[in-house]
Amino acid sequence: MSMTNESASETTSAMGGMEARSSAVLNAPRISINNVDFYYGAHKALKSINLKLPLKQVTGMIGPSGCGKSTLLRVLNRMYDLYPGQRAEGEVLMDGKNIIAPGVDLNQLRSRIGMVFQKPTPFPMSIYDNIAFGVKLHEKLSKSQMDERVEWSLSRAALWGEVKDRLNSPAGGMSGGQQQRLCIARTIATRPEVILFDEPTSALDPISTLKIEELIDELKSEFTIAIVTHNMQQAARCADQVAFFYLGELVETGTATQMFTSPREKRTQEYITGRFG
Amino acid sequence: MSDAASTATSTSSFGDRIFAQVARAAGVFVLLLLGAIIVSLFLGGLPAFRAFGVGFLTNADWDPVQNVFGAAVPIYGTLITSVLAIVLAVPLAFGCAFYLTELAPNWVRGPIGTAIELLAAVPSIIYGMWGFFIIVPIMGDIVQPFFIDNFGDIPIIGALFQGPPFGTGIFTSALILAVMILPFIAATMRDVFNTVPAVFKESAYGVGCTTWEVMRSIVIPYTRVSVVGGIMLGLGRALGETMAVTFVIGNTNRISTSLFGPGNTIASIVALEFPESPAGSVKLASLLALGFLLFVISFIVLAISRLLLRTKVK
Amino acid sequence: MSASLASSPAAHPGGIPGGARDHSVAERLSRRRARSNMIAKVLCFIATAIALVFLTAILGTLFWLGFKGIGLHVFTNVTRPPGSEGGLINAIVGSLIQTVLGVVIGTPIGLLVGTYLAEYARTSTLGNTVRFVSDVLLSAPSILIGLFVYQVLVAPFGGFSGIAGVAALAVIVIPIVVRTTEDMLQLIPASLREAAVALGAPKWKAIVQICYRAALNGIATGILLAIARVAGETAPLLFTSLGNLNWSVDMTAPMSSLPVTIYQYAGSPFDDWVQLAWVGALLITFGVLALNIIARVVLRPRS
Repeated sequence: MSMTNESASETTSAMGGMEARSSAVLNAPRISINNVDFYYGAHKALKSINLKLPLKQVTGMIGPSGCGKSTLLRVLNRMYDLYPGQRAEGEVLMDGKNIIAPGVDLNQLRSRIGMVFQKPTPFPMSIYDNIAFGVKLHEKLSKSQMDERVEWSLSRAALWGEVKDRLNSPAGGMSGGQQQRLCIARTIATRPEVILFDEPTSALDPISTLKIEELIDELKSEFTIAIVTHNMQQAARCADQVAFFYLGELVETGTATQMFTSPREKRTQEYITGRFG
Repeated sequence: MSDAASTATSTSSFGDRIFAQVARAAGVFVLLLLGAIIVSLFLGGLPAFRAFGVGFLTNADWDPVQNVFGAAVPIYGTLITSVLAIVLAVPLAFGCAFYLTELAPNWVRGPIGTAIELLAAVPSIIYGMWGFFIIVPIMGDIVQPFFIDNFGDIPIIGALFQGPPFGTGIFTSALILAVMILPFIAATMRDVFNTVPAVFKESAYGVGCTTWEVMRSIVIPYTRVSVVGGIMLGLGRALGETMAVTFVIGNTNRISTSLFGPGNTIASIVALEFPESPAGSVKLASLLALGFLLFVISFIVLAISRLLLRTKVK
Repeated sequence: MSASLASSPAAHPGGIPGGARDHSVAERLSRRRARSNMIAKVLCFIATAIALVFLTAILGTLFWLGFKGIGLHVFTNVTRPPGSEGGLINAIVGSLIQTVLGVVIGTPIGLLVGTYLAEYARTSTLGNTVRFVSDVLLSAPSILIGLFVYQVLVAPFGGFSGIAGVAALAVIVIPIVVRTTEDMLQLIPASLREAAVALGAPKWKAIVQICYRAALNGIATGILLAIARVAGETAPLLFTSLGNLNWSVDMTAPMSSLPVTIYQYAGSPFDDWVQLAWVGALLITFGVLALNIIARVVLRPRS
């Protein structure tokens, strides 16, 4: 029961907007997380998580260290499959199919759900090749089409102007903020529908952080975004919906305004005001 | 606990499954290789074990004419030269490692460290040649006569310093071996000493310890296990050395009490006697049996060393 | 000298025991400790100097005695009977062939095993066993490898051959490459691997296209060090390719090699042969040291 990527057979130009997806209703959930449990070996790290990620909106996930927010993120793109001993139970629905069930084509899945990591991870190759790497896995493009896709990705990641004259230089030669934007460009180059950000700015300086937050704000017009952050102010700035996790449980969700001014749960209140975490 | 290669599920791509299985097959190949080495040496030596029984280990004869062979002399030679080499090399290696990690000015550590590593890279035949052409004359003309003349008559100890001063012999072999394994042990010790967290040493300096006291009471206890592991690794190498020893051991089938007396090691006797051992003969089987014994001894020493080196402190 | 500070227990409200501070004891101890420290320092300095003296002595001897014999004939003539101006070209070529082939065969196997250990079997029982065995093989006496290949590739076929020599060298290469590959791949942060997988790359592509590239320097270092190691090995070749005094590149026949020729020449009573042995020793050492320097100095700083 593999997932077909509607764009896999496309060979048209890389420029231009995303295709309209099956959900016509704005803010309908792109991904529905239903009763998900997660285990590291015998230890239950996520307990009965129920969360919906609305289409083309930013969902921020906050909570103290070790509360499970990154774990949940890594459930969504099946990253835990790399590690024997980690398993997830429950349902994660995308387009009506449960993506954590056996029999799912993981490589296809990950071309539709992309991830940007905490530490910038430029591949040991040129800037151009970094972007092309992901695309080549899933599509056969001509040289000019690939050039267009590379330019599009770097432009959307607000990096094109800075690197357009040195696309063939090694990616490792860029600054930390640029490298992270490269990773974002690399992720969107495969034209996913969902982008997961795992503490994307915690390793960056304030100016780069700001640039990336602006980027996320622009990206949400085309992509559904989930962002894990330990920085509450960042969640307040970026997220449309905020989810608060504590000790493996999803305690509360709500709009950013509501979560930070009048949370319903006591634990949320305590975290917001800095009583712990 | 099974490895990730065996849990490649149907969701993994075909390429993944193939790659995982090939990688794992390569790993299994290495295991089979070791097994094959042990088995082939044992089977090759079996005729000798059958012909001579357990007495093979204690028999000091090596008689091609009568076709009677015993392993006692080579085993003795192997053990005595290696142990002696360790005794000579370890204090020097320790001194080098201490110097490199604590005493040398920073700009000098890199070059000297590289120099010591280069010494470790020199092929053993070079050591053998250097030993034979340079050290043996020095031993024969200066060192050995000195000790034989001055110490040879002292009761008990004098037995160590007997014999005609040919320059070759057990001690010369041990000396060449020591020079060979010295850089190796020194580099291992240096790496091990560098793993001590600075904060431990700083706290000792903070109460007023001298450098030597920091070494003695902080660094050595912290790295004791790994240091012994490194020494055993050097011992393992010394046990199997052929070319460094063959030129200078004297190739005589005798257990001598004198340090300057000739002898044989397992490696040297195999190298020297192999050309005159016809295929299928008891002599060849005896050489293979000796090889098997050397493998067993080395394996034990190397296994212990690895256990010690990979043990984390605390 | 009388103690001027805290001369009585009453001065310490808590009453730290031990009596008055005696500076003369402290000074005596301090002098003794400083002396031990100085002795230790001097001994260590001497030990290092001794090691360096050995290095200089060996290299110096090599250059002094080997350089004398260098001439065009070394590289144009094959090994000949003493007195007929023989050279070493067949030995040099034989060594090159066997070393290169041994490395070419052993490296892919070592690479795969190292990959297996680092990417698939970091903690499994099979992985730990393979790791242990590889470490043992790394330090096992090379003469035994020679005996093993003799039993398997020479005795059954009734003849020494270049192929057997190559096999013995390949067996020595494998654990060296395994160790460096595994160490280098383990240094790669998990996030790099995960980033490749997150884009939809299958695990094997993440390893081959990303991890190998990232570890390239280290893996290349391992290969260079393996070359340097097997180029100087004598004992395993004694039982496999034996040596050949004539020019031969026939892999199924005994093949000459530099270390074996040196071994045969050095122990001979002929002066010109001994001279050639020194030349050969110089060539091997020069090559081995050059490889080591390239591997350690040129490759390493970039990582």
